[in-house]
Amino acid sequence: MYTEEVMKQFMHPKNMGEIKNADGIGKAGNFICGDIMWIFIKVEKNKKEEVILKDIKFKTLGCAAAIATSSMITELAKGETLEGALKITKQDVANALGGLPPIKIHCSVLAADALSEAVYDYLSKNDLPISRELVKTHERIGKELETTEKKA
Amino acid sequence: MKRIYLDHAATTSVDPVVVEAMLNHFTKKFGNASSIHQFGQEAKVALENSREIIAKKINADSKEIVFTSGGTESNNLALKGVAFANRNKGKHIITSRIEHECILNSCKWLEKQGFEVTRLPVDQYGFVRLEDLEKAIRKDTILVSVIHANNEVGTIEPIEKIGKICKEHDVHFHTDACQSFTKVPLDVKKRNLDLVTINSHKIYGPMGVGALYIKEGVKIETWQHGGGHEKDIRSGTENVPGIVGFAKAVEIAKEHDIQRMAKLRDVLIKGVLEEIPNTKLNGHPTMRLCNNANFSFKYIEGESLVLRLDARGIACSTGSACSSHTLGPSHVLLSIGLTPEDAHSSLRITVGKGNTEEEMEYTINTLREEIKNLRKISPFGD
Repeated sequence: MYTEEVMKQFMHPKNMGEIKNADGIGKAGNFICGDIMWIFIKVEKNKKEEVILKDIKFKTLGCAAAIATSSMITELAKGETLEGALKITKQDVANALGGLPPIKIHCSVLAADALSEAVYDYLSKNDLPISRELVKTHERIGKELETTEKKA
Repeated sequence: MKRIYLDHAATTSVDPVVVEAMLNHFTKKFGNASSIHQFGQEAKVALENSREIIAKKINADSKEIVFTSGGTESNNLALKGVAFANRNKGKHIITSRIEHECILNSCKWLEKQGFEVTRLPVDQYGFVRLEDLEKAIRKDTILVSVIHANNEVGTIEPIEKIGKICKEHDVHFHTDACQSFTKVPLDVKKRNLDLVTINSHKIYGPMGVGALYIKEGVKIETWQHGGGHEKDIRSGTENVPGIVGFAKAVEIAKEHDIQRMAKLRDVLIKGVLEEIPNTKLNGHPTMRLCNNANFSFKYIEGESLVLRLDARGIACSTGSACSSHTLGPSHVLLSIGLTPEDAHSSLRITVGKGNTEEEMEYTINTLREEIKNLRKISPFGD
């Protein structure tokens, strides 16, 4: 059912845990399917004065695919600029895992959503400009959470 | 690594004694039971002996047993067969919300054909309430189908009382006894049963064999047309080796195995509830199958737990959607009042006659460790 990479990331997840005093926290989830992801980011400026994700950690309640995608997205995003992190798509996560069963693709969506929410949280807390695209993504995730929480 | 199988509600291994009984019927007595030559007649004798053994186990007459390919086919035949054969009497069917999918989906299909279905709710343990049944029965009710023991939470339904109510109202009563057969005594006469579904692979017999008890006089429409096998109720060459294996599995089912399984189940339930915090037992504490334990572990998801246990050699299952083809959690767990989160955190452990107390101890310890690991990953646990 799962690729070797999914099982590896699930059994030995990377970057698991919380960051105290995180610069941004992103939460995404779906109570109906049972997956809830929290992503914590710590940012710093690199030599080029770009803001990068110095550290990233996750906490996830979910199936093997949810835990594996959380772990993989933190691996892909660590050290990236904010723009670079936001460009990581669900397909990138699924590809890095060697593929996911069709019914589990929604787990990779959650991972990408949680990461973009963490970036949104950082930008909004620091009164930094937020792209229209990111605002739209944030609104969509909020609506989805509200809907599933009502159903639950 | 030692492997421990604790998913006996899904299927059991075939007992070596059963395999032995079947072997001759693959290679030597392999005739078609409908053939008139000696090979065929040997098969016919084996078929009828098997029918006798199975009928006796439920206090039925052998002519009331129809062999099928398993529980799903028997349940389909019971519901659709009775519905269509009794259309002139009525179009209303009653079932419960915690039936196996093959009952629920047969009911959905029957609704499309113009029948009306009432799905009875259950209480927190999974019991159908008798007063709900009484209220639901109408003048045009033709069939009540309530599972004998639930396949997920193991609760044993009060089928004797349900049978009595059905008899008083002159309504046919069917029960799906796939999980309970040979584990809970089943006397079709005492319990006023008109139709009973049973199968082989849950009782150390082969897969692909089942039977439907149809009380003499119950009208039933055939769904499989062919050469008129099984009194024209279920055409198709009988699976004689499988049926012989099924009967042998019935013969070797012993009371001491049931007592043993119940003891192991109790060791497991006690150990898990005592040693793992934030844990709940689903189903009734005592009125449950001898081999079933179903838990909800807060702050984790069932599929993750099943896979982590599997990596440590323990095979069991979950009612969480993430291991199935849909995203919604188990309809049974939601029906007994669990929240989606708690339903997603479920684990079903079903012991078998070959399991040991040492295996239960290993399972409890492994569960404790893996649940701790998963709660560390969870935003809500630890």
